[in-house]
Order: sequence, then structure tokens, then C-alpha cells
Amino acid sequence: MTTLTLAKSLNAGLRRALADDEKVVLIGEDIGTLGGVFRVTDGLKAEFGPTRVVDSPLSEAGIVGTAVGLAYRGFRPVIEIQFDGFIYPAFDQIVAQVAKLHYRSRGTVRMPITIRVPFGGGIGAAEHHSESPEAYFAHTAGLRVIACSNPADAFIMIRQAIASDDPVLFFEPKRRYHVKGEVDEQASLADARPMGVATVVTPGDDVTLVAYGALVQTARDAAIAAEEDGVSIEVIDLRSLAPVDYATIEASVRRTGRLVITHEAGQQGGVGAELAASITERCFEFLEAAPVRVTGHDIPYPPAKLERHHLPDLDRILDGVDRALGRPNSLSGVEA
Amino acid sequence: MNPSDRDATGLLTRPDEFVQLVTPTGERRADADFDPWVSDIDTAALGRLYRDMVIVRRLDTEATALQRQGELGLWPPLAGQEAAQIGSARAMRDDDFAFTSYREHGVAWCRGVGPAELLTVWRGTAASGWNPFERGIAVPQIIIGAQSLHATGWAMGAAWEGSDAAAIAYFGDGATSEGDVNEALVFAASFNAPVVFFCQNNQWAISEPVGLQSKQPLARRADGFGMPGIRVDGNDVLAVLAATRIALDRARRGEGPTFIEAVTYRIGPHTTADDPTRYRTEVELAEWRERDPLTRVLALLEASGVDSAGLEREVAVEADRAAAELRSACIAIADPEPLSVFDHVYAEPNSHLERQRAHYVRYLATFEETDAAPAGDAGTGTEGGAR
Ligand SMILES: Cc1ncc(C[n+]2csc(CCOP(=O)(O)OP(=O)(O)O)c2C)c(N)n1
Repeated sequence: MTTLTLAKSLNAGLRRALADDEKVVLIGEDIGTLGGVFRVTDGLKAEFGPTRVVDSPLSEAGIVGTAVGLAYRGFRPVIEIQFDGFIYPAFDQIVAQVAKLHYRSRGTVRMPITIRVPFGGGIGAAEHHSESPEAYFAHTAGLRVIACSNPADAFIMIRQAIASDDPVLFFEPKRRYHVKGEVDEQASLADARPMGVATVVTPGDDVTLVAYGALVQTARDAAIAAEEDGVSIEVIDLRSLAPVDYATIEASVRRTGRLVITHEAGQQGGVGAELAASITERCFEFLEAAPVRVTGHDIPYPPAKLERHHLPDLDRILDGVDRALGRPNSLSGVEA
Repeated sequence: MNPSDRDATGLLTRPDEFVQLVTPTGERRADADFDPWVSDIDTAALGRLYRDMVIVRRLDTEATALQRQGELGLWPPLAGQEAAQIGSARAMRDDDFAFTSYREHGVAWCRGVGPAELLTVWRGTAASGWNPFERGIAVPQIIIGAQSLHATGWAMGAAWEGSDAAAIAYFGDGATSEGDVNEALVFAASFNAPVVFFCQNNQWAISEPVGLQSKQPLARRADGFGMPGIRVDGNDVLAVLAATRIALDRARRGEGPTFIEAVTYRIGPHTTADDPTRYRTEVELAEWRERDPLTRVLALLEASGVDSAGLEREVAVEADRAAAELRSACIAIADPEPLSVFDHVYAEPNSHLERQRAHYVRYLATFEETDAAPAGDAGTGTEGGAR
């Protein structure tokens, strides 16, 4: 076991993937000499050379579009989109091309492309640097969407994403890049928990609380705080947003009877909406209360000085838990 | 401003040349094509351009300091690019419109943007600091190159309305690789839009050298899109002024778009979150410092018989005053009201958002009742990366 930050564990995972398979190539803006603006690719160009770790021209559509061609040629491109808000120029290539080629070619063309996206807010950044665009991609058939939340998972999940024959949107919680954790650098892919499986990170009995990315830690903190209040929260790290591991969530909800979902992205059409609907369909008779979503507001990401009024924090999550439990909460006495 | 009735188009096919009217050491170089366009710039007018450049450099230094002191979240310095920005923006008319990226503080200065207006975005209190229609400059753009399309559309509209106003799109060398910029060039050429594409080639796109974006002078691209391209010394305020005047004049005459490549250099980091020592050398930096846009103007004024030391002192005092004003305006910028997060999402009433807002009001009220403040920081927070 080594103690690594999330950024460094991703770096270690990428290094392993580059070493294990010469068809793996890293492409992105500033990822080579600079090592990426978050230093996730630090040192990799020096180690593997400029045809394995490629500084690309400033064009997101160009990066993803050429990755399609590289995949046709048998490569496994790992792309870095510098910030969440800059993925939109590449949106067409991702949803209209990458997502559909396996289907359109009747399975003959594989698109083993990994698209790394530092996502989410909480770092006091400028506009377009704190977005949560995951639902756009979860909505698109043909793409897998995953989000890591801690260094140990990051090390395994980035390698699983690269090894997958499907295109994977790989969301990295940028506000947790510098948080340390234990990483087993000898961990083998064969033994690892599959990429699409959720994890129960805090067992509990009263409420099921589902989170992903940066909010997993906030959810765990909420569970600790709730314990003092005599409420036992089971926190699930979703890990895979598409497809969702409903088995794990269902098993939990059948015991707790209550579901709270939290994410930074807006509520409307978000991942939480999908979970609430699907769990209601699957577990209606086990639910004691309607599923509750604690999410960002349906607004453009606000300026830095206002982000704490947008992002779900421990208190907002606990308020949501109170709603699910029918305890006094911000909606008490108000018709839902 | 407009020296003759001659067709300007012929002057603007010098993509390989480096148009320069003032050398780095301050000698005035004669240029038969360009001189007439700046014949009105006497020593007094040149002094005013110098003043602009000194002030925006001083404002830039002050803003960088404010960022270091925690008053601003981030700042993208313009140091080194004063001539490119002042020379081009001073060529504009009030009814022209500038569409910039995030680094054009000098352009904003010329458009009358005030200190607090300039800083709100970087202080993180608002998504924009000024009213674009009052200032003739759009809200700054962070998405690389997007504004080039907006400038083109504005110009198309101006032409369709029979106006002779023009738009300028400012973008960097890196931006020329983005689809948006290339699509803007196509539209502008197809519709003969009165727009000037003003590319500040400051040699770097964060850590990537311009050679990664283009194998030839960027000005040469213009030809492929069917518009004149010109390569100008971006550290020479007079040459930039002349080139932009020519391009704007073409636009007003209905002759369509022009591409200007202003060859300059970003002296500082990309932003205050960037570490340029990782990717560029001291030698390169020293070379470019020799070509500073300010010193050469002062030398030229001196040679023209102006008391340059006196002017330098006088302008420095003025610049310090502007910097002090910037600092106090910055510190006075109030934190926004929590509920303002819901303002202006839509122009028309939206019941879904009203409901969400009402819920958040009740949520905040639960803290007043229990007399506890909502948790300070949304996250455990980490340092932002180099943006
Ligand atoms: C679409 C998009 N991709 C990436 C970025 C991140 N980014 C911000 S500035 C920058 C470099 C821009 O270089 P250039 O166009 O030369 O302008 P300069 O900053 O040098 O003025 C990058 C990659 C962005 N803001 N927008």
C-alpha cells in the first residue's frame, strides 16, 4: 500500500496502462511538457515519449475526432478534456460519433476511447471550470459514464476504463485531486471490483444515500453527523452513472425504505431523476417515502462567491435526509 | 484617420512580412503603405498611446498583486501585449463592437470599462462586470474562440442594417485551432461581414508553443478563407494602429473581413495559477523583454524632442492613481446576496425555478431559526489547477 493523492493515483494508473499496452496513447491540451494543468499526466511524456503522450492543438473536436480515427486503427486513446466546461466543443464527436460507431458498424468497429474529464465545483474557479455535464452523456446510448471518488478506486477505475472496449466518460472530482488515500499499486484488474458496480462505503439502516464523485466524502461526513442524531445512513458510492448498478441500490433500499440522491449537477433531467424513477419502479412497495434529490440548483454554475449556495453540502444533505425520514426539515408544513 | 480614397485591400496582403513602424530601439521606420494611416499621430497623440499602455500595465500589475493577496480568485495577465491591445482598440469607433477573450484588459480600458467592472468576474462576485451595450464590448469569453463567431454575426447584422460600424474579434494563437474560429472565418468571408479578426499571437497557449497550432505564419491562413491577412509587429503600437485602421476602413467600405496577426509575447504566466518555468526558457523571455512595447515609444518620443523623462514621471503618477483606484474598487466590491444565484437564469418567469428558489429561501430560514449559519464552504476544497 502506498499513500497517494487522487491525482497521483490517476498518474500511476495511466503509467501502468501505458506500460501494459503500447496501443494506449494519451492526448490532450497541455498534458505533455506541462503534465496537465492538474499534473495528472506529470512525467509521462518524459517516460513514454511524444507519440504516446501527445500535446494536441487547441481543439476539443479535433482531439475526440482524431481519437475516433486512431481507434479505427487499433489504438486506445485516452483523452484529457482540460475542464468540464470545455467538453462541449467536442460534444458532437462524442455523442454522434464515438457513442454510435459500434452500433452503426454492427459491432465491427470498437471505440475503446477513454475521455477524462475533471468535473465539479468547490474550488473557487472561473466560469466554465466547475460544471457537471455527466447527465448529457449518461443520456446517450453507447457511452459508459463513470466517476471516481477516492485514490484507490481511481487507480483501478482508470485502468478499467482504458481496458474497456466501450467508450468511457471518466469523471474526476477535481476538488478531491489533492486528497490522499491508500492505494494498492500491485492491484490487478482481474481481482478488482468491476467498473460498473457501486460500493457501499458506509453501512446503515435508516436511509440509503447515493452519491458520486466529490460528494461521496460529503455524504460520508453527513452519515457521521447523522449518527449523533441517532440516524443511520447507508452511503453508496455510485461509481458508474451509466449503466447504474441497481442491484446494490435496490438491496439497500429494500432494507432502509428510504432513498436520498445527491449530486452537484442541476436536478432537472439529472442522474438523480433517473435513479429516483428507476428505484420507484423497482422498489415501490418497499419505499416508506418518495425518493429525495439534493442537487445543485437549475441555474448556470454561479460565480465563485456564490458556489456554496449552489453546491449540496453536509447541511443540505442532512435536510434531505430529514425529508426522507419525515423529520422536521425545510419543507415541513409545505405541500410538496 | 482615412488618409485617402485608395482601396485599402492592396495594403493588406502582407502575410509573410512583419510590418513595423517603430523598431525596438525606438527608430521610426518609413513605410509608404502604412505611414499615411498614422499621419495624424503627432508626438502628443503618441504620448497618449504611451499613457494608455503604461496605465494598463500598471493596472495589470496591481490586479496580479490583488490575486496574490487573495482579493481575486484568478487573473490572466496582459503584460507584453499592451501595444497589440491599445493600438487595435484605439482604432475603433464608439459604435464599433469588440468581442474579446479573457486577457483583453487593455481593450476594456479603451472601451471605458471601470475598475470595479473589470474585476467583479475575477473576484468571483458576478458572471459579468459591465453592460456590453454601454461599453461597446461584449462580456469576456473563456471558451476559446467562441467570440469570433459572435463578432461575425454582429458584423453581419450591422451590414444588413446598412450601418458602417464594424466588429473586432480578439483571440489568441491557440484559438486558431478551434473549430469556432475557422467557422467564423468561413461565415465572415461568405457574407462579406465587416469584421476584423485580431489574433494576438503571444507565442504560447498555456504550455503549447504556437508551432503546435500552425506550421506557417497565422496571417497566411487568411488567404485560404478568401480574405486579406497581415502580419504586424504586435509590440509596435503604431503599426498595430495603422493595420487595424486599414482593416476597419475596409470593413466600413463594405470590402469585408480582414485577418490581422499581431506578433507579440506574453511576458507573465498564462494566469496566476500557471507556472511558465515548466515550459519556457529564461533566454526566450529575455529576448522578448528587449522588444518591450513601452520603452520603444518613449525612445521615439525622446528622439522627437519630447521631455521623455518628464512624461514618464507624469504618466507613472497617473498610473499609480489608476492602480490605487483599482485596488479600492476591488476591495469595495460587495459579496453578492445568496438568493441572487437564481436571478437572470431566464428572461421570463419560470415556475420550476421559482419553486426551487422558494425552497432554498425556506432552507436558509431554518438556520435563522436555529441561529446557526450554513456551513461555510461547500467542499473540503483543494487548490484550483493552473487554468
Ligand atoms: C474550449 C476551451 N478549451 C480549453 C480551454 C482552456 N484554456 C484556457 S486558455 C487556453 C490557452 C489559450 O491560448 P491562446 O488562444 O493562444 O490565447 P492566450 O491565452 O495565449 O491569450 C486554454 C487551453 C478553454 N478555455 N476553452
